[in-house]
Amino acid sequence: MEQVLSQIPEFVSPANIRFLVEAMGVTIALTFFGCGLGFLLAFFVVFARQTPGHWALPLRAAAILFVEIFRRIPFLVTIYLVLFGLAVIVRNASLFAIALIAICIYATAYSADIIRGGFESVPRQQIEAARAMNFGRWRTLIHVIVPQSWPVILPPAMVFMVAFVKDTALVSQLGVFELTFRGKELANQGFSAVLVYSTVALLYFVMSYPLTRFGQWLEKRLATPRSQRPQRKLR
Amino acid sequence: MPHLEVKDLSASYGDLKVLHGVDLSFEKGEVVALIGPSGSGKSTILRVLVGLTPCTGGDVILDGEPIRYGTAASVRAARDKMAIVFQQYNLFQNMDVMRNVTIAPVKIKGRPRAEAEADAARILARVGLADKSHAYPDELSGGQQQRVAIARALALKPEILLLDEVTSALDPELVNEVLDTIRDLARDGMTMLIVSHEMAFVREVASKVVMMDKGKVVEVGTPADIFDRPRSERAREFVGKILRH
Amino acid sequence: MSYTFQFNIIFAHWPELVHGALLSLLLALAGFWIGAPFALLLAAIRTSGPGWLRRIAGIYVIFITNTPVLIHIYFLFFGLPELGIRLDKYWTVIAALVMATAAYGCEIMRGGFLSVRRSEIEAAETLGFSRPQTVLYVIVPHIVKTIYPALANYFIVLTLSTSLAMIIGVEELLGTAYNIASDNYRHLEAFIVAAGFYVVITFVASLSLALIGRWAFRVKAKIF
Repeated sequence: MEQVLSQIPEFVSPANIRFLVEAMGVTIALTFFGCGLGFLLAFFVVFARQTPGHWALPLRAAAILFVEIFRRIPFLVTIYLVLFGLAVIVRNASLFAIALIAICIYATAYSADIIRGGFESVPRQQIEAARAMNFGRWRTLIHVIVPQSWPVILPPAMVFMVAFVKDTALVSQLGVFELTFRGKELANQGFSAVLVYSTVALLYFVMSYPLTRFGQWLEKRLATPRSQRPQRKLR
Repeated sequence: MPHLEVKDLSASYGDLKVLHGVDLSFEKGEVVALIGPSGSGKSTILRVLVGLTPCTGGDVILDGEPIRYGTAASVRAARDKMAIVFQQYNLFQNMDVMRNVTIAPVKIKGRPRAEAEADAARILARVGLADKSHAYPDELSGGQQQRVAIARALALKPEILLLDEVTSALDPELVNEVLDTIRDLARDGMTMLIVSHEMAFVREVASKVVMMDKGKVVEVGTPADIFDRPRSERAREFVGKILRH
Repeated sequence: MSYTFQFNIIFAHWPELVHGALLSLLLALAGFWIGAPFALLLAAIRTSGPGWLRRIAGIYVIFITNTPVLIHIYFLFFGLPELGIRLDKYWTVIAALVMATAAYGCEIMRGGFLSVRRSEIEAAETLGFSRPQTVLYVIVPHIVKTIYPALANYFIVLTLSTSLAMIIGVEELLGTAYNIASDNYRHLEAFIVAAGFYVVITFVASLSLALIGRWAFRVKAKIF
C-alpha cells in the first residue's frame, strides 16, 4: 500500500495526464461517432424490416437476422469478426477504423430494437391518416412516425450510448489508443496497477456519470406532454 | 353516369365478414348519409373507398373509372379525389394546425408553400379557427380538433368528402360546432358521404339516406322515405328505436 | 478478396468448444447466483436502510455501473496482488461478475420495490390479510412479476460478458476459439463458430427463461 502511495507524485506527471486525457478523447470519439452512425443506420434496418410485400421477404429476414445475431454475440466477438473479416477484403485497414466499424455494427443492432419499439408506439390511426392523404412509406416515416416516436426512442438510445462509453474499453484489445489501452501501457511501464486502474476507472466515471444524469433529465423532460412544458414566448 | 358507384362490395377483417355485397351510387353535389346500428359496416365502406381496408370482392367506380385497389397508382388517384375525416380526428400530434393542414398540399401535391398557407388560412377561417393556426392538437378541444381535421381534408380539394362518425367522440356540447361546419359545406354543394348517428342532422342535410344492417344495404331513399315511410321491417325497427330517443 | 473458408479445422475441435461453452455458462451462473443476494441486500438498503448506509450503497452502485467491467477485472487481477490479495483467473472473473450483478441487480430490484402500489397493500389489508400474508401473497408476487423480465434480460447480458474472461486467459468459449484460431491460423472461421455458439447459448437461455417465467410466475416475457 505504501509503495502504491509513494508512486503518486511520479504518476501525476504532466506527460501522463496529457497521455490519459488524449485517450479519453479517443474513447469519447469512438462512442460518439460509432453510436451516432449506428443509430442512423438502424433507421434503415428498421425500415427494411417493416417493408411489406412478398418480394421484400429476404430483406425483412436479413434485417431480423442482423439484429438478432449481433444482439446475441459478445461485443468482443464482434470486434474480432470485424478485424479478421475486414482483413479478407482490405489489407491494412487502420485499427481505429476497425474499432469504429465494430462499434457501429453493434450500435446498429441495439438501436434498431430501440427504434422499432419507438415506431410501434405511434398509434396506428396516425399512420392511416397519412396513408389516406397519399403519403408514401418514406414520407409517413419522415413527417409522422419519426417525430412522434422521438420521446420513446431518445431516452433508451441515450442509455445505450452512455453504457457504450464503458464498452469501448474492449477495443483496447485491438490496440486502439483509447483509455484502457493507455492504462495498460502505464501499468506496463511499471506504475502500480492499483494506482493506474483506479485512475482509469475514475476517468471513465467522469465521462459516464454526467451523461447518465443528462439521460435521466432528458427522459423526464420528454415524458412531459407538450402542453405542460414551459411555454415558448409568443412573438 | 354516377359520380361514384359501388357494386357488390364485400370486405372482411380476418375471418369476420363485415360487408356482404353492398351497392351504392350517387351524383355530384349529393350528400349521402349512411345510417344503421353499430357494426353494420358503415365505416368499413369509407375505409375501403380510400384503400385503408382491403376489399375482398366487388367494384368501386369513380367517374366511370374502376379503382384497382391492388395498384398503388390507382389508389393514389382515388385518394386524390376522396378525402376522409376520422372519428378520432387523427391530427398529426407533432405538427401545429397550419402544418397539419398544409403538409399534404405542399409535400404530396407539390404546391408552393405560400399558396398552400394562404389557402389554409382561408379554410381555417371558414371552419372558425382562424386564430388557432399555431396551436398544437393537444391544446385544442375535441370540437376544434375535428374542425381542423375537416379543414385538413378540404385543403386537399377533394371531389368527395368522407366523414366517418365525426361527432361520435365529442362531448355533447361540442357536437354542434362541427355539425354547423358540415351544414355549411353542404350548402356550398360539397359532395359528401357521411356516416352519422345524428339523425336530426342527417334528416336535415342529406339528399339520400342509405340504411345498412349486418353488412348489407337494407333500404335507400330520401330522408322522408326512410324516416317517415320505411318499407322494410328492419328499417322500421331501427327508425322506431332511434326516434323514441 | 478470394478467401476459402475451412470450417472443418475448427469443427475438429468441437469437444473443446463445448467445454468452453459450458465454462461460459458456469461463470454466468456463478456470477448471477452469488451476486443476487448482494443485489437484494443493496436494494433493501437503498430503499429502506439508514441514511449513511444508503448513501454508501448508492455510491457503490453508481460507481460500478459507470465504469467498465474490464477495468474491474484488471484491477482485481493485476492490482489486488499489490495489496496482498491473490485471486486466480477464474475467481477474478467471478468476483468481477458478482460485483456487476450486485450493482445492476440492485437497480432492477429497487425498481421492483418502488413499483409496489400503496393502494394494493391497502386493498389486501381491508381484505383482512395479516402483515406477513400481505407480503407473501401480494407484495412478493408483484415484485417478482415486475423484475423477472429485466433479470432474465440481465442474465443474457451477463452471459455475453463472460467473454471478457478470455482477456486474462480463461479458456471459456471465446478463449477456446481464440486458441484454436491461433494454432491453426483460421481466425475468421473460429470466431464465426464462436459467434454461432453464443447465439445458440443465449437463444436457449432466453427461451428457457421465458418458459420458466410463464410457468412459474405467469410473466408474459417476449422471447424475441
